[in-house]
Amino acid sequence: MTQTTLTAARRAPMASGWPKKLATTLLTVAVTLLGLLFVTFMIGRVMPIDPVLAVIGERATQAQYDETFRQLGLDKPLLVQFGIYVGDVLQGDFGKSIRTGQQVSTDIARVFPATLELATLGTLMGVFLGVPLGVVAAVYRGSWIDQIARLIGLIGYSMPIFWLGLVGLLVFYGMLDWVEGPGRLGVFYQGIVPTRTGLLLVDSLIAGDMTVFKDAFGHIILPASLLGYFSLAYISRMTRSFMLEQLSAEYVTTARVKGLSEWQVVWGHAFRNIRIQLVTVIALAYANLLEGSVLTEIIFAWPGIGQYITTSLLANDMNSVLGGTVVIGTIFVCLNIFSDLLYRVFDPRSK
Amino acid sequence: MSEQTLRQWLLSDEPTSRRQARLSAWYQGWLAFRSNTLAMLGLLILVFLILCALFAPLLATHDPFTQDLAMRLQPPGESGYLLGSDSLGRDIYSRLLYGARISLYIVLLVAMVAPLLGLVIGTVAGYAGGWLDVVLMRITDIFLAFPRLILALAFVAALGAGIENAVLAISLTAWPPYARIARAETLTYRNAEFIHAIKLQGAGPIRIITRHIWPLCLSSLVIRVTLDMAGIILTAAGLGFLGLGAQPPSPEWGAMISEGRKYILDHWWVATIPGLAIFAISLAFNLLGDGLRDVMDPKGGTQ
Repeated sequence: MTQTTLTAARRAPMASGWPKKLATTLLTVAVTLLGLLFVTFMIGRVMPIDPVLAVIGERATQAQYDETFRQLGLDKPLLVQFGIYVGDVLQGDFGKSIRTGQQVSTDIARVFPATLELATLGTLMGVFLGVPLGVVAAVYRGSWIDQIARLIGLIGYSMPIFWLGLVGLLVFYGMLDWVEGPGRLGVFYQGIVPTRTGLLLVDSLIAGDMTVFKDAFGHIILPASLLGYFSLAYISRMTRSFMLEQLSAEYVTTARVKGLSEWQVVWGHAFRNIRIQLVTVIALAYANLLEGSVLTEIIFAWPGIGQYITTSLLANDMNSVLGGTVVIGTIFVCLNIFSDLLYRVFDPRSK
Repeated sequence: MSEQTLRQWLLSDEPTSRRQARLSAWYQGWLAFRSNTLAMLGLLILVFLILCALFAPLLATHDPFTQDLAMRLQPPGESGYLLGSDSLGRDIYSRLLYGARISLYIVLLVAMVAPLLGLVIGTVAGYAGGWLDVVLMRITDIFLAFPRLILALAFVAALGAGIENAVLAISLTAWPPYARIARAETLTYRNAEFIHAIKLQGAGPIRIITRHIWPLCLSSLVIRVTLDMAGIILTAAGLGFLGLGAQPPSPEWGAMISEGRKYILDHWWVATIPGLAIFAISLAFNLLGDGLRDVMDPKGGTQ
């Protein structure tokens, strides 16, 4: 991912200031998002499911078929259809979901907070454990703690997340009974607190209902730790390599010679210089978790966007699948470009 | 030629032929690789899995597809089921062996399709330059900015579930990094003197790209592909788990986990054992990839 950053920075015209840089970035965002829409549009076109039959059913007459065909705009040239599609999406209109009978945008607004809550908690865990682990592993390079950090990374990159989720359920729910089972909330607690943000932990706190909070926490802790583990693997590895780069720099030697304590050298000097790089890595980790939550949501029956896309997929409900893809893709692209921009603006070396 | 002299011939500082120089380079690479314990472990696991896949019919104790409902959900080690039986009374051990074939098949296909696609796009963009470069690289950037699993899901949704379509979907999402690497390599060689020399001898762009630039891109691509293998396996298993990859009764490991999911609390082995197999193969590729990177590209190694 840093590769993206570097090459993009190199290829961009030598921008001479803020406004121009911003304009270039916005143009990049626009082109990338248009590309995303084009891909989803084409996927919608090549699929073997007939969109007309999906609306009117198998038994409609030829006349009904032709009318719906025109209503859906399928008689227009492909480019015009694409234009209409882009216009619709810009207005937040992804069409109707065949499975739920509601607007896809309404559906997504309903399920998205669940994913957001899960991914945010996961990323927080990854950051608060991964950054210190990476720093310590770099400082005590080659020690047992460095080996453990490496092992954590290696396992994180090799383990199927859905399998780890199943084993987690088996051990912590089935055998030890430390956490609650699948889902977001136990049956008895459904619908007690009013929905404000859609984030159950926040909503229950606002309502001051601690029993609901406790139950929601019991449900989210296992899937969030799971996602947290994968983001920890990534964040600690990146932190370690950033820190190693800094610790071998000459200013660190100078600081040591000056007689600063090891704590001041590591956290006051070296760590200060990797903050920007870290933020970009965390943004990418967050984007990856939003995507990576698909499989986790299936395992934990978590009613988020990943489960929404997969269930729709199995029901041949293309509008929902493509709508969900566009939403996640857009967030992904924006986080990507945000980290890119941050890197370019704050890191003097990239100029 | 005895063992000792062969070794000396291979390690000679003054190779007398091009063949000797090449073999010598390979041999020294192998020596460096062999001293890396973890990489050797990865290679061993991988060789073991390939042998399992090759000799699956000999090693299997049962037919992987034959159901025996009277013997369903037998725990490991009982009634002749080495690793237990699944919900339809099929032997999990035998299914794992045949599943290794599917995993290796998927990896091989993706490893052939995606890097080739990236190689063609990257070298053409790098060599041609100009607007073609801009357009091709913009497309690469767009694909790179996509969430891979979600995009693969959407592709599979459009193409229909199945192994070949899963391979196609994974390849369509996996090529952009290879295109970038190939382009970067091409740019470093494009204005090299040996390319100018070939050009003067009358070689056309296609010949230059395929005969002279491609071979130079290979080593960085091979490292990257090996490192990506684990990700490919995990994505394929994920698609299989979601029911979008290999279809039942195929003994694909991801699909096996999905089948065993219902019984996880009472019959743990049905879902957990295939997961260990997936873990083993992707761990092997990760270790191997790390080792290869250290050998072939010392500057990019983990510090």
